[in-house]
Amino acid sequence: MKLELRGITKRFGDLVANDRIDLLVEPGRIHALLGENGAGKSTLMNVLYGLYTPDEGQILIDDTAVEFTGPGEAMAAGIGMVHQHFMLVPVFTVAENVVLGHEPAGPLGIINLSQARELVRSLSEKFGFDVDPDARVEDLPVGVQQRVEIIKALSRQAEVLILDEPTAVLTPQETDELMTIMRSLAEAGTAVVFITHKLREVQAVADEITVIRRGKVVATAEPTASQAELASLMVGRDVVLGVQKNPAEPNEHRLEVNGLTVLDAAGTKVVDDVSLTVRGGEVLAIAGVQGNGQSELAEAILGLREVGTGSVQLDGTELVGRSVRDVLGAGVGFVPEDRSKDGLISSFTILENFLLDQHDRPPYARGLALQLDHARAKAEEFAGAFDVRATSVDTLAGNLSGGNQQKVVLAREMSRSLRLLIASQPTRGLDVGSIEFVHRRIIEERDAGIPVLIVSTELDEVMGLADRIAVMYRGQVVGIVDADTDRDTLGMMMAGVTDDPGEEAGDD
Amino acid sequence: MTDTPQRPTETPTRPRITWDEIARSSALLTFLAILAALVISAILIVAADPQVRGSVSYFFERPGDTLGAAWSAVSGAYTSLFRGAIFDYEASGARTIRPITETMVAATPLLFAALGLGIGFRAGLFNIGAQGQVLMGGAMAAWIGFALELPIVLHVIVALLGAAVVGGLWAAIAGVLKARTGANEVIVTIMLNWIATWLITWLLTTSILARAPNRPISPEVDPSARLPLMLGSQFRLHWGFVLALLAAVGVWWLMERSTIGFKFRAVGANMDAARTAGINVNLVFVMVMVTAGLLAGLGGAAQILGADHTLRASSAGSIGFDAITVALLGRNRPAGIVGASVLFGALRAGSPLMQTASQTPIDIVLVIQAVIVLFIAAPPLVRTMFHLPGRPGSRRAVEVAS
Repeated sequence: MKLELRGITKRFGDLVANDRIDLLVEPGRIHALLGENGAGKSTLMNVLYGLYTPDEGQILIDDTAVEFTGPGEAMAAGIGMVHQHFMLVPVFTVAENVVLGHEPAGPLGIINLSQARELVRSLSEKFGFDVDPDARVEDLPVGVQQRVEIIKALSRQAEVLILDEPTAVLTPQETDELMTIMRSLAEAGTAVVFITHKLREVQAVADEITVIRRGKVVATAEPTASQAELASLMVGRDVVLGVQKNPAEPNEHRLEVNGLTVLDAAGTKVVDDVSLTVRGGEVLAIAGVQGNGQSELAEAILGLREVGTGSVQLDGTELVGRSVRDVLGAGVGFVPEDRSKDGLISSFTILENFLLDQHDRPPYARGLALQLDHARAKAEEFAGAFDVRATSVDTLAGNLSGGNQQKVVLAREMSRSLRLLIASQPTRGLDVGSIEFVHRRIIEERDAGIPVLIVSTELDEVMGLADRIAVMYRGQVVGIVDADTDRDTLGMMMAGVTDDPGEEAGDD
Repeated sequence: MTDTPQRPTETPTRPRITWDEIARSSALLTFLAILAALVISAILIVAADPQVRGSVSYFFERPGDTLGAAWSAVSGAYTSLFRGAIFDYEASGARTIRPITETMVAATPLLFAALGLGIGFRAGLFNIGAQGQVLMGGAMAAWIGFALELPIVLHVIVALLGAAVVGGLWAAIAGVLKARTGANEVIVTIMLNWIATWLITWLLTTSILARAPNRPISPEVDPSARLPLMLGSQFRLHWGFVLALLAAVGVWWLMERSTIGFKFRAVGANMDAARTAGINVNLVFVMVMVTAGLLAGLGGAAQILGADHTLRASSAGSIGFDAITVALLGRNRPAGIVGASVLFGALRAGSPLMQTASQTPIDIVLVIQAVIVLFIAAPPLVRTMFHLPGRPGSRRAVEVAS
């Protein structure tokens, strides 16, 4: 089945999310849709999937124009979509999830589960999925859950399969496995649309590349194009890939975490006996797949989570048991991983967000009175220094782009003299330009001689920023290695596998 | 391969309408809601009018009779409401301005209580407990007023302070329970209202609050404990109204210019970010409730020391519940609450004259109030009725596009 988009235009008010986009997806090919966050990739796919109605343009299947009013019609026409966030029922089995919505029913409307199991088994064998139809989805690793989504689409005779940022939640190994699956799907004649902003993956798997920027197709490229070329197409200017930095010059300041254990509400150990040291003037990056205790470790250091056992000492001062306010007061800067939830108040102005953690300390407060004039001067100074693009500091934070929001958070945290910087996912969801900027500021803090702790699930970021890398798996540090360790080794460690007998391994 | 199933970290949050969001809708919507309420009430006034109903039977022969009767019913009701609440042009001398002073008297306790509620709503706390806090504060003020003998000036100050403290403590129960155990403040404050009502009802049968057995009413407060009158003995207007206006200024400063208000607003707008920034959210819950209770307690004191002078179980009337509406109508901002409390005070002060002068049932005022609430709480409804565009900036176009 050949799918063609002609002149698709979609507007939201004044914003043109898709501007006369043409796209041709052919059977047996992997078509990568490359673009930054907000470029309009997802909007385009939602148009294709019947979630949005295009303002202009046509969708053609095998040269016949079609119109979808909802995902049901798109699915019936042979279009399948695997969303970034899975649409699975966690307590159902794989087979139950796959047939959900079009259950094969016997007499009296009883679901024929053995038929469903057979369906999963045959698709699984055909493409080498290795999925047990009777496993409960919540017990499966993320990579396998994703395969369940793919099986779900294929079981509905999808001939065009859209994968929306499929690698965002995967380990490097799982990513490789997914790419193998994409290959075998293409060989079987499926047209695959692969939406991503990761250049490496595009190069590895795509047959064709369409680059989208600000709602427009700016180029089509061959997979042989270099990463630098693709990046500049995507951003619209030359960009520096990787992080420019000098070797670390560690000093005597240090953060020492010793035997730290954190329990979640259910009593499970989310951080399990973690010990690590970060010296002043170096970046220690914590690598790991999302959900292996890294975020909880950072939150525990800040005092947001209650610590079970263990200690956290900053230059010899114990931080465990102190309030968040005290820890911040001790000179800890914290960039939370979810800026819109934990980092900013979207209905507050830039000025108010700038004040958020310092509003009751001098010089921003005198007694109970806020010193707004002083605060405004400082906020304007830092908004300028951090290149926050807004008409004034009275702009609501919610009206800023992700990159500008993150700059507001960084400006706030770096506006006071720090003795430790903790940044969780500092560039998540940012465009390439903002990533460059954020990385540079983090390295500047390091060069000022303070310890810097980075938590990131992006391996490229970890390898670019870090002087040393600690890998976490299931709440434990499986190893601390040098920054020049190769990707494969790190990937194995992130999956809990380690062949270094000296290191503590994951418990399976 | 990891075995831990992961939840997506950026699950799209469902749109959740909070009271503060409702309150943030534009002043135009507020105005339209009031207008719509007056129009709908006019229809009810027409329907309830005996002359209109009498003339409807021959509507097709002489429609003018019905329409004329309808017009006179509505205009009669609303002009008498105006005369009762603002300015009585049919009276003579000083009595022409008596209605507006009565409006201010009625507005005073509402203003105090609604200021406190507005703080709570902006901090994300749905405090339904003003009724109990008003009653407890009023009872304390009454007790200090009749049971203690203190010099003039000092007596009224002590009575006001006592009421504020008791109101604050009463509200603090809900705050502490929420901070310590996570107990829902809506349920706790509703229950505290009942506890306060029955506690005062019982105390009024004992010698603590009542002097005569079988008469559930307290003695009159001493003249030294009363809020002094502003315009002489012809009018009931007392200095409590000015205190309430000063309280509005104080609340504005607290919320917009002080570190405490900054914390309150931060917790209300995004509790997670506030916590991450080192704000003690649990302490804020308690402080917000205490502040709200303190103001509600003063409202009760103003009612007893300024207007009623004696305490009954029904002294709080429906002040605590009307104040919720006033806070919403005033969009939780002090200036808006001043306006809204005067409007509600006017409805309350004007309704008796409307009943006697134009035979319009007094309940129509409750309908007006209820319809205003209905429209304020449902901005999309008003927008649809008046063909207004959706609220700009409610959803960022960038987000939709990404």
